[in-house]
Amino acid sequence: MQDAAIYTKGLTKSYGKLSVLKGVDLVVERGTMLALLGPNGAGKTTIVRILSTLIEPDGGEVKVGGFDVVREGNDVRRTIGLTGQYAAIDDYLTGRQNLEMMGRLYHLSKADSATRAQELLEQFSLTDASERIAKTYSGGMRRRLDLAASLVATPPIIFLDEPTTGLDPRSRLQMWEVIEGLRRAGTTILLTTQYLEEADKLADRIAVIDHGTVIAEGTADELKAKVGKERLEVVVGEAHVERAAQAMGEGAHVDREEGTVSIAAAGVGEVRRALEALENAGVMVESLSLHKPTLDDVFLKLTGHEAEEAAAKN
Amino acid sequence: MAYTPKPIGSIQPQKRSALAWALSDSWVLTQRSLRHILTNKDQLLGLAIQPIMFMLLFRYVFGGAIETGSTTYVNFLVAGILIQMAAFGALTTSISLAADLQRGIVERIKSLPTISSALMTGHVIADLARNVLSSAILIAVAFLVGFRPTAGPIEWLYILGLLLLFTFAISWLAAIMGLLARTVEAVQWMGFFFVFPLTFASSAFVPTEGMPWGLRLFAENQPVTHVIEAMRALMVGTPMGNHALMAAIWCIGTVIVAVPVAAYLFRKG
Repeated sequence: MQDAAIYTKGLTKSYGKLSVLKGVDLVVERGTMLALLGPNGAGKTTIVRILSTLIEPDGGEVKVGGFDVVREGNDVRRTIGLTGQYAAIDDYLTGRQNLEMMGRLYHLSKADSATRAQELLEQFSLTDASERIAKTYSGGMRRRLDLAASLVATPPIIFLDEPTTGLDPRSRLQMWEVIEGLRRAGTTILLTTQYLEEADKLADRIAVIDHGTVIAEGTADELKAKVGKERLEVVVGEAHVERAAQAMGEGAHVDREEGTVSIAAAGVGEVRRALEALENAGVMVESLSLHKPTLDDVFLKLTGHEAEEAAAKN
Repeated sequence: MAYTPKPIGSIQPQKRSALAWALSDSWVLTQRSLRHILTNKDQLLGLAIQPIMFMLLFRYVFGGAIETGSTTYVNFLVAGILIQMAAFGALTTSISLAADLQRGIVERIKSLPTISSALMTGHVIADLARNVLSSAILIAVAFLVGFRPTAGPIEWLYILGLLLLFTFAISWLAAIMGLLARTVEAVQWMGFFFVFPLTFASSAFVPTEGMPWGLRLFAENQPVTHVIEAMRALMVGTPMGNHALMAAIWCIGTVIVAVPVAAYLFRKG
C-alpha cells in the first residue's frame, strides 16, 4: 500500500483549536483517480494543500509518489501538478507567457517550455487568444489555461481542487474530457468536488469527507448501493395517494401534503412496472419525475445531516 | 478542444546546480514582474503621471510659501519627491504580492520545484526598474520648472546608487507589508499608516526648523530624512554632515533584517 501514488495514514491538521482533519486515511493506486466528495469546509482543500506540500500536516504519515511530503518536499513538487480552486494564472501575462513561465519554473529548458506552451495552447483551444493578456479571458478560458499550466511538465500525479466549480455546462464538459484524457494516459488524479455526478462520472473510487474524516470510501456503485437507488416520484393529488401507494407496492413513500408518492426504481423496467401498476389501479398520474441520489442523499444517509448543514456548521 | 496528453514524464527537467536554479527562477519571475509594468495600466499610469503631478503641484502650490534658505524651493524639493515617490512606489510590491496571495499564484508557485521566494525578488527588482523610470521623468520635469542642480557626473552616480539602495531596502519592507496585509485593500491602509508619516514627517517638502519640537526631533533623526538630506547634498550642495553614512547604515541594515524576515513570512505563509 505504501508504494501507492498517494498514501495518507492518520493524517491530522488543526488550526488553533479548530481540528480540520481528524485522522484521514487515503490510498490512491498509481494510474487511478480518486474523488474527494464533500461539502464546503469538510477538509478537502486542506488535504490537497498538504499533499501538494503547501502546508505541513500535524500528524500522520503522508506520501506522494513514494516521497514523504515533509522530509522530501522537493521530490514531491517535481512529481505533481496542482490546479487550485481559483484560476491561479497571471492576469498581466499573455496565455503563452503564462505557460512558458510555468515551464521555466518546472525547470524545463527554454526550448521545451516554448514547444510545450504551443502544444497546450492548441490542445486547449487557446491559440487565437495566445498573445492576449489573460485578464481579457472568459471564465472558461481562464480555467483551461490554469489546467494547461499544471500539465506543462507531464507530471505523473495531478491534484484538481474543484476544477469545475462555477463553470458553465459546456466548459464543464470540456474540463471532464481533459480529465478523462489524463486518466487514459495513466496519470494518477486526486480530484475534489461537491458534485456527486462529477465524482460518479470521472473517478474510479470516491471518498466521502465530512468534518475532517472519511465517512465512506468505495466505487460509485458501492456508495450508491449504500444510499439507495434512483427514485420515481409521481404526483397524484392528496385524495389518491393511498391508492397509488398500494398499487406501487412495498417501500412506497407517501407525502400527503404534496400529494406525491415515491418509490425506489432502478432502470426502465422498474419504472415501467410501477407506472403500469398505477394505470391498472386506475390512478391518474399528473406528473412524474426521476430523482438520482445526490450528494445530499449520500450525506443524509451516511451522516444523518444534509450537506448544506455540514457546510453551515463549519 | 482535443486534449491528447503526452506520455507521463516525457518531458524532463534540465539538470543544474541549486544556485543556478535560484538565479534562473529569480530571473524568470523578474521578467514576469517587469512585463507587468507595460501590461498593467495602473502601474504604467502611476509610473508616468505620479512624478509629473507631484513635481508640478508641490513646486507651484508650496513653492511660493516655503523659505528654504540658500537654495530655491525647486532645488530643495527634487530630492524629497524622489524619495517620497520611491517609498510610495514600493507599495506596488506590497500590492502585487497581496494580489499574488489572493489569487492563488503564491500557492501555485510553492507547489513547483521553484525557489518560491524568487517571486518576491521579481517584484522588488521590478520596483527598481519602475522607480528609475519614474525618477528620470521627475528630474526631466524638474528641469523644465527651474531645477538647477550643482551635481557633477560622480555625484549623479552616487545619487543613482543611493536611490537604488533606498528603493531596494524599502521594497523589501513593502514585501513584508504585503505578506502581512494579505489583501490589496489592507495594503492601502497600511501604506497610509506607515508611508505617509515616514515621508511627510521628514525634510522632504519643508525644512524641519518650522516643526513643533517633538515632530522635529522625529523628523530630523528618522531614516528617510537622512536619505533625503544625503541626496539633497549630492544634488544641490546643501551640507552633507553624517547623512550619507546614516542613510547607508539604515538602508543596508534594513536589507539585512528585512530579507530574511520576508523569506520567513513567505515560507510560513
